[in-house]
Parts: sequence; structure tokens; C-alpha cells
Amino acid sequence: MPLQDKFRSIFGKQNEPTAPARAQNAPAPGISFLKNQRPAPPAVRPSRGIEQFFFNLQGRVGLSILDLAGASQQNIDFLTSLGHKVYSGNVIRSMEECFGPDPAGQTNPSRIEFFLKSNFDYPSETFDGVLMWDSMQFMGHALLNATVDRLADIMKPQSYLFAFFTMNDKVQEVQSYEFRIQDAKNLLVTERGLRPTGHVFNNRSLEKLFGKFESVKFFLTRDNLREVIVRR
Amino acid sequence: MSSIPHRVDSDSRNLATIGKAVRIVGQIFTKEDLNVDGDVEGTIESAESKVTIGATGRVQASVKAREVVILGQVQGNVEATDKVDIRREAKLVGDITTARISIEDGALFKGSIDIRKPEPKSTATSTVQPAAAASSSSASAASAPASAAAAATPVSR
Repeated sequence: MPLQDKFRSIFGKQNEPTAPARAQNAPAPGISFLKNQRPAPPAVRPSRGIEQFFFNLQGRVGLSILDLAGASQQNIDFLTSLGHKVYSGNVIRSMEECFGPDPAGQTNPSRIEFFLKSNFDYPSETFDGVLMWDSMQFMGHALLNATVDRLADIMKPQSYLFAFFTMNDKVQEVQSYEFRIQDAKNLLVTERGLRPTGHVFNNRSLEKLFGKFESVKFFLTRDNLREVIVRR
Repeated sequence: MSSIPHRVDSDSRNLATIGKAVRIVGQIFTKEDLNVDGDVEGTIESAESKVTIGATGRVQASVKAREVVILGQVQGNVEATDKVDIRREAKLVGDITTARISIEDGALFKGSIDIRKPEPKSTATSTVQPAAAASSSSASAASAPASAAAAATPVSR
């Protein structure tokens, strides 16, 4: 009998989850659950957007990919297995540290500058691909516009950006997710709690937002998410 | 009483440790495995060994080793010929160059990862290896504990 089970049988806490189980369900450090709800278990989600993103990079190696979902073994393994160099950061965590959870607080110019320096301090035309995931929908106007301007600078011409935006314009809070790349067509997504959105996005506003970029391509999904591929 | 053999810990024989209350500013060269539980500012090089930055370790330095394990805080570039292992509680800001990487969820990492697989050794290089190894060992520091802080300036805190 394993030692943990022996202790539980002695102290009568049969139903208490083991330490690894608790750790697995716990949110990543720095990610606050704004609503106290139990997150759903991770689920595999087919993604036309990520399929298109990797299709666009197909046949090339040694590319520089910026992954802003926070460092994870799956994403690093997948991207490096394609022969790419991975740059890692965690935008959501950094937003919380710089501004707190509410997009209304994202207006201070010096804090915006600090945020950009913390996350996007790279030479011009560094990246062949940027994975923003769902982080942009939690940015306020000023922060979002500054971030898009900075991305336009650090991305190479004809490089690609991948992002998620909610399609539901009747809500003020949307689910935030943790994204892990399963393969070139599927993502493993884990809920991280509800967050206030900085904007309501539609196709027109997204085209306007990425006005400096060459093209914007949308993939509508059944789960109220709009997957967006932007070509620099 | 004297017949009781003195216990020798096989793990600690080839392991140098920088303790919690130690701060080192400078360059560290070592041929042994190294545990860093204190503060280091400068460079750490341990080409053939493993460097572990413990949970209390705070390193503001570039780290080069065969294998690097990080549980504490590192600000600087990390280069490992074999593997970099970043644990859940670790915080690393810097670029990584390694053959293999393991990173636990929850670890804070900001920087780039460049995977470089070691080139297969040819027979020509293996024949000249002993001479190269001899010259490199003469350039590196002497045995422990001095080897762990060859060019370093310890500063008490």
C-alpha cells in the first residue's frame, strides 16, 4: 500500500485528493480566478486557426516563434521539433503584474511602456510567427493599440500572428484559457477563469485594429470564439 | 570506538555547494557538480558537470554546464550541452541553448530556447580528445572547495 494511502486510511481522509491531483487542478501562479468556480478539465479542441498558422510556416526551419502562453513543455517540444527557435513569455501574467486584472486600469502610459518593454523588447523584424492566444481580448484600448503597434515592429514582413477573440458581444467577462499545442491541428485547452474583456470585437473592428498588417483571416468556431490569423 | 568506519557520503564527494548565506561576485569554474543555494553574480562554468540552482539560489550570471537544474531564480543565459531542467518554482529570465529541455508548468520563463543537438563524434576527434581534455583541465581551477570559486570574490552578507 502506498504511503499516502496508508496515511489516509489511518486518518480517515479517504476522499481528500492527493497532492498531485490538487496541483494539477490548481491555477497557474499569477492567474487569479475572478469567479470562484471549478475549472473544467482540459479538453482537446480542433483549431482551424492553428492549422493555418503552421501550414503557413510549413517547409521552413530555424524560424523564430514568439509564444506568449507561458512556457510549457508541450509547446516547446512541438515548436522545437519543427526546428524552430522558441521565444517564451506570459502576457496574461505580465498584464496582471503591471495593471491588475481589470482592463480599465490599463491606461497609464508609463505602465504601458513598462509592459511593452517587459514582453516585446525585441529588435525590429525578429519574429516569423507570434502566438498571442486569447490575451489581446483582455487588453484595454490604449494597451491593445500600443501592443499591436509594437507587434507590427517586431514581426518580419509576411510573418503570421495567431489570436483568439470572443464573438459574444453581450458579455463583459469571458473565459480565459491556457493553450497547449497537441499537434498542428489540435489544441489542449484548460479554463483559467473569467476575466473582464477590454473590447467587443467584430470582424470590422479587428480589421481596423490590424490596419498596419497585410491581411486578416477569420475562422469562426462553434464555441463563440473567433480565431484570427494576421499576416504582417 | 575507533573501529567504526568513518562514513563517506558518495554524493558529497564530488559536489561543491555555495551555501544560503554566501554571495559570490565573479567567475566560477568547476569540474565537479555544483549546488548554488546562495547568490552568485558573474559567470558559472562547469563544462562536464551538473549545476543546480537551489530553491534559495539567486543567480545573476550566465551558466554553462553539461546539465543545469533550476529551482530558484536565474537572470542570465543558460547553456547546457545535455539538458536544462526548469522546475515549477523556478524563475528564469534569459536565453537557453541546450540539447534537451524539461520545464514544469508554473515555472516562470522569459527568453528564447534554442535546441542544439550535439554533433555525432567522428573518429578523428575522439583520437585527439585526451590532449584537448588535458589542456582544458590545466586551464580550469583546482579541486574543491577552491575549484568552485576559482576567480570569485566571496562577499559575506
